[in-house]
Amino acid sequence: MRTDAVKYDRMRKDASPPSPIIKDCLCAFFSGGAICLVGEILRTAFLSAGLEQKDAALLTSACLIALSALTTALGWYQKLAAHAGAGTLVPITGFANSIVSPAVEFRSEGLVPGVGAKMFIIAGPVIVYGTLASVVWGILYFLSKLWIGG
Amino acid sequence: MRKGDTIIFQSPPSVLSFAAVGGKKESEGPLAQQFDQLFPDSRCGEESWEKAECTITRRCLTLALQKANLSAGALDGVFAGDLQFQCTASAYAMRAFDAPYLGLYGACSTMAEGVGLAACLTAGGHMQRAAAMTSSHFCAAERQFRTPLDYGGKRTPTAQWTVTGAGAAILCAGCRPPYVRAVTFGRVRDLDVTDINNMGAAMAPAACETLLRYFADTGESPEAFDAVYTGDLGQIGSTLLQELLQREGLTLPCHRDCGLLIYDCETQDVQAGGSGAGCSASVLCCEVLPALREGRMKRVLFLSTGALMSQTTFLQGESIPGIAHLIELSAEPGLPPKEGL
Repeated sequence: MRTDAVKYDRMRKDASPPSPIIKDCLCAFFSGGAICLVGEILRTAFLSAGLEQKDAALLTSACLIALSALTTALGWYQKLAAHAGAGTLVPITGFANSIVSPAVEFRSEGLVPGVGAKMFIIAGPVIVYGTLASVVWGILYFLSKLWIGG
Repeated sequence: MRKGDTIIFQSPPSVLSFAAVGGKKESEGPLAQQFDQLFPDSRCGEESWEKAECTITRRCLTLALQKANLSAGALDGVFAGDLQFQCTASAYAMRAFDAPYLGLYGACSTMAEGVGLAACLTAGGHMQRAAAMTSSHFCAAERQFRTPLDYGGKRTPTAQWTVTGAGAAILCAGCRPPYVRAVTFGRVRDLDVTDINNMGAAMAPAACETLLRYFADTGESPEAFDAVYTGDLGQIGSTLLQELLQREGLTLPCHRDCGLLIYDCETQDVQAGGSGAGCSASVLCCEVLPALREGRMKRVLFLSTGALMSQTTFLQGESIPGIAHLIELSAEPGLPPKEGL
């Protein structure tokens, strides 16, 4: 065969259609926005029910997580996400989906080696590097306080 | 008789019977009417996707045996494979059949590999009857190779949809059409494609290589065939195969890809087409072999294409080696080999 890897890489790029970025961005914007709107409605409802700001925010997050877990278990979240893309990935609902979906998937391997061990296969790295980043930022913040004072 | 990488049978073996079984998505595709059985529920009433695939495989071989009026004991060998770790769908399905089992792993290329091996052993008289069978299941493959099913990810336009289905073919010494006239076992080809969501591109060079070798070995040209089928190159792989062949001075006017036949890419949301070991197997058994038996086609080249990576090699950044095995199928027992070759 005459074609080498370098030539083939060019051919492959020409033949492979790119993701429709503008359409994907619009879908993400509106679906992500809609989820945040639901969150805002919930928060306003909690506030008008007499809850304090902090409690209302906490309850809103908890409700969105519960809603995401429920729709994931029912198989609806993935169907929405197939169109919404980053719109369903970025909000807190996406994080909940990333934990619930492997838990549902690996139920067939038992509660400990299946659900327990596999639950964090997607969210695990986010938690690990999120924690690490917060430690690094904490040290930088501490040092900056020493340097600048305050 | 061997010419280069191609084995040409003096007495071509027959495909005695064949069966194809599919799942829900396949029942909504263009070939739905041609399947022997379609499961409306992807779980097939089982507790896990792996068991469901096993059920599909078992059902498929049972149907192929029934159509030939045979029991499992009449088989001297079953060449079977699938995409699950350690080929468990095939091995576990074989618990139900008391016949020698030879597990194969050629990823999505396994069907042509199995038919090729079964053809060699039956043509050589080492086995009276041998079966080739492969399967795949979208849900079992997806959670093994990618992410959990309910994870809210977005598929890229180059991704392919693993077929939930199986195909089984039983071969014996030549008695009725269709016949396996020749086999070209493929060589691994890797042109540095690392994108696990663009398998068609990873496999196209292997398909090109095998076709070039077959044409060089036999002196045949693409025009001599009613159709040249590839396993699961999808839209991107099919385009690339044509381009690769053009660079070698060949055109493939009658190319059809099983991954593009089994689903309607416009309406079924399967991105670049179907894939999986069950893709080429089910299309072979529900479309190609019936057409040859009924005389709607006379001569066909059939390639199954495979991407031989694992989840580990993919994560380690390795490129994807491709493979393609070819079988020449014919409604006639054979043409005399050309002189001077």
